[in-house]
Amino acid sequence: MSATGDIVTAGNALTEPGAAGFLQRYEGLRARFPGQRLPWLAARREAAAEAFRAQGFPTRRVEAWKYTDLAPLTQAGFGEALTSVDGALPLPRAAAPRRVVFVDGRFRADLSDPEAPVRNLADHLGAAEGLLGSLARTEDLPLVALNTAMFEDGALIDLAAGEDGGVVELLHVTLADRPVAVHPRHLVRLGAGAKLVLIERNWGHGEGRYLNSPVLEFEVAAEAHVTHARLQQEGKGGIHLSTVFARVAEGGTYDSFLLHAGAKLARSEAHVTLAGPKAAAHLNGAQLLGDGQHGDCTTFLEHSAPDCPSRQTVKTVLAGKSRGVFQGKILVDQIAQRTDGYQMNQALLLSDQAEIDSKPQLEIYADDVKCSHGATVGELDENQVFYMRSRGIPEATARSLLIEAFLQEAVEGVTDETARAALAEAVAGWWEKVA
Amino acid sequence: MPAVTETIDAVQSVTHSTYKYGFETEIDMDFAPKGLNEDIVRFISAKKGEPAWLLEWRLKAFALWKTMAEPRWAAVKFPPIDYQDAYYYAAPKKKDGPKSLDEVDPELLRTYEKLGIPLKEQAILAGVEGAGESPAEGRMPVAVDAVFDSVSVATTFKDRLEKEGIIFCSISEAVRNHPELVRQYLGSVVPQGDNFYAALNSAVFTDGSFVYIPKGVRCPMELSTYFRINAKSTGQFERTLIIADTGAHVSYLEGCTAPMRDENQLHAAVVELVALDDATIKYSTVQNWYPGDENGKGGIYNFVTKRGACRGARSKISWTQVETGSAITWKYPSCILQGDDSVGEFYSVAITNNWQQADTGTKMFHIGRNTRSTIISKGISAGQGQNTYRGLVKISPKASNARNFTQCDSLLIGDKCGAHTVPYIENRCMTAKVEHEATTSRIAEDQLFYCRQRGLSEEDAVGLIVNGFCREVLKELPMEFAVEAQKLLQISLEGSVG
Repeated sequence: MSATGDIVTAGNALTEPGAAGFLQRYEGLRARFPGQRLPWLAARREAAAEAFRAQGFPTRRVEAWKYTDLAPLTQAGFGEALTSVDGALPLPRAAAPRRVVFVDGRFRADLSDPEAPVRNLADHLGAAEGLLGSLARTEDLPLVALNTAMFEDGALIDLAAGEDGGVVELLHVTLADRPVAVHPRHLVRLGAGAKLVLIERNWGHGEGRYLNSPVLEFEVAAEAHVTHARLQQEGKGGIHLSTVFARVAEGGTYDSFLLHAGAKLARSEAHVTLAGPKAAAHLNGAQLLGDGQHGDCTTFLEHSAPDCPSRQTVKTVLAGKSRGVFQGKILVDQIAQRTDGYQMNQALLLSDQAEIDSKPQLEIYADDVKCSHGATVGELDENQVFYMRSRGIPEATARSLLIEAFLQEAVEGVTDETARAALAEAVAGWWEKVA
Repeated sequence: MPAVTETIDAVQSVTHSTYKYGFETEIDMDFAPKGLNEDIVRFISAKKGEPAWLLEWRLKAFALWKTMAEPRWAAVKFPPIDYQDAYYYAAPKKKDGPKSLDEVDPELLRTYEKLGIPLKEQAILAGVEGAGESPAEGRMPVAVDAVFDSVSVATTFKDRLEKEGIIFCSISEAVRNHPELVRQYLGSVVPQGDNFYAALNSAVFTDGSFVYIPKGVRCPMELSTYFRINAKSTGQFERTLIIADTGAHVSYLEGCTAPMRDENQLHAAVVELVALDDATIKYSTVQNWYPGDENGKGGIYNFVTKRGACRGARSKISWTQVETGSAITWKYPSCILQGDDSVGEFYSVAITNNWQQADTGTKMFHIGRNTRSTIISKGISAGQGQNTYRGLVKISPKASNARNFTQCDSLLIGDKCGAHTVPYIENRCMTAKVEHEATTSRIAEDQLFYCRQRGLSEEDAVGLIVNGFCREVLKELPMEFAVEAQKLLQISLEGSVG
């Protein structure tokens, strides 16, 4: 049974479209959100709702949203997730030995491995004070404000110094039989020298419209190491809008890989701060976009300590009438001398109806730095296709192989084998399915 | 070692204040009343004896401007500008307008002489000091249009150019003598409502240069305009229009300076280029407006709209700019590549020292098939300077086989400055290829050591390395300009090391 089973839904009524609908829902649910007896949390939700009310959903006039239009979200109404769904759920094969499962934003103990070093947030909110909202800003990020106001549950991972959390799969399933809107909140804290491999998977069941808008916060202490592999495999009608915050202390590493494979409209935003000397960040990713899909990978990386390396390789493959967006900003503070920053984004256009918009951005205030970025856009090299066909490889296979080779460079950056295997499986054969 | 001696001299000559063009010319001026309203627009139009259609055009621009807001997206900071607290028309007093150079006020001629721009037909553009005094052996002459505050005071080599059918004159003169050409092309690349500053310019532009190169003509000499802001509390709003007809070819240079003042003066120019089939326009700028003092007081606000349309097949427009001056630069020379196989180029060096801020770059719109563009941008920041490259490469679905290559390099000298890169790539064409690369670094210790070890002072070493860093851009400049630009780079960075 769900730990948050006390939330009762008001039938199948959908909210009115736009920010007003979400605010009405907030008003209606306010008294019943988990943790409302905690004064700090109630105040935080209230302030976040106010911040969302003041900002509304971002429009394309906002520079950071220039290329992503939220009309599919703002022009539709959404409903409440049903209290609990019992019985067998069609779940994807587990990607890691230990898995915890959330369905429609709520923890499912019956489907989760009790051995996993994960607690559900709704029942442990007392332990989240000082962690929840320590990184996630609401004043200029309306989606984060909305999540902070409305979250019902999420994962809480709090590893002590030196603890090895192993490989954990965090699976979030949305049942797309109703147009639900869910706002999971996941909090991860690694003590000094702790280790964790987190495979975060957002998976949609069904083809209907829904919104999954998670927010994740990572506090990575000195010398701690977290690998964060993200598989976005939402359903065909899904809207996925996620925001990740990470702060990395001295000598720590935040190593992430984002895969956008599903959803009709997906945007993943990452805000990473390298806060201590020699902290490192990898923000790699791949977007596989087929007909009708919109994928947006946006990152803000702030070097605010000296001697930090950062690496970013993001690849986008576009087929059919799809649109891909990459926005990557690297900010180097004046104090961040000897920064070594590298950013590469590449796009492969497989259709004459696809569009790629790319905005790599450097903002540098320190002089002893080595920062570079590159961007390329092109189509598959027909000579390479011909070379393979002339050796008896069918055209579809040849193209698929070349696309996989293109993506390989980004996936190779993932050092953990389990995470890499999960990504490789999600990428394999994509072209055959699309073509 | 003449080069080294020259460099040392150059640096020594500017020990305290590095801006050698900061003098002011005492000359009788005509001013329009201070402020900006419809009557001022009418005043300017009447002063220039313009036809009714142009006044209407200006008034439409003014109406548009009133509805617009200053752009705030650039990475530059400045206090609000009071657009009512400036003179929109300031011209040296004269009788009927000089018919020949002999009639030009000798004070003006001396001013240009002092700036290294002698308005004598036998002289070359004196990029190198002293070069104007020696005969210009084997060098191409340069025709100059000299714009002083709001008006063009002289244009050289007009007769010689007329023999080729080339029109090179001030835009006011073109309105009088070639209204059909002006009417056809004015605002066709940068419409009145394009942006806030372009709208302002369209309403109150006072002078600027007009160039028409007829079909199949290769302009026999470099054309050049020298802009000088002299009067206090004025803005300069010049408008330049260059048309290269089918198969024509022209290389055009632009230079500019202003006196040293504590106030900020606004320079909001519009430059429009049109290249028809097989035409080539090469547009070079050495921008050396007064940058303000070492505390960031004074200096020109250089808010400029420059755009070229490659209308014809196989046409080419090439922008080269060396931006060393101005307190604030907001400038994006762009190319609209409409014609099939047309080519756009942008080569830029931008330096910010002391408290200068530059937000500059380009836009390349690929519309025709097989269109190609190249962007090479070198940004150098020193002191408290902030330097931003902002660029857009946009490829429309029909621009099959379009090709772009962009390279943006930034060099930081000192830890209080900033270097920023904001490229936008928007591609809707499968067969297009776009490449962008950017680097940011500082001058390597080993490079400096290598130079110091061979006896160069630190300042000379930095100058040498910076010139090497900018070489790809400087080599695109016509020779006289290239020499001047190299010296400017060195002077602009004075005081930034050690």
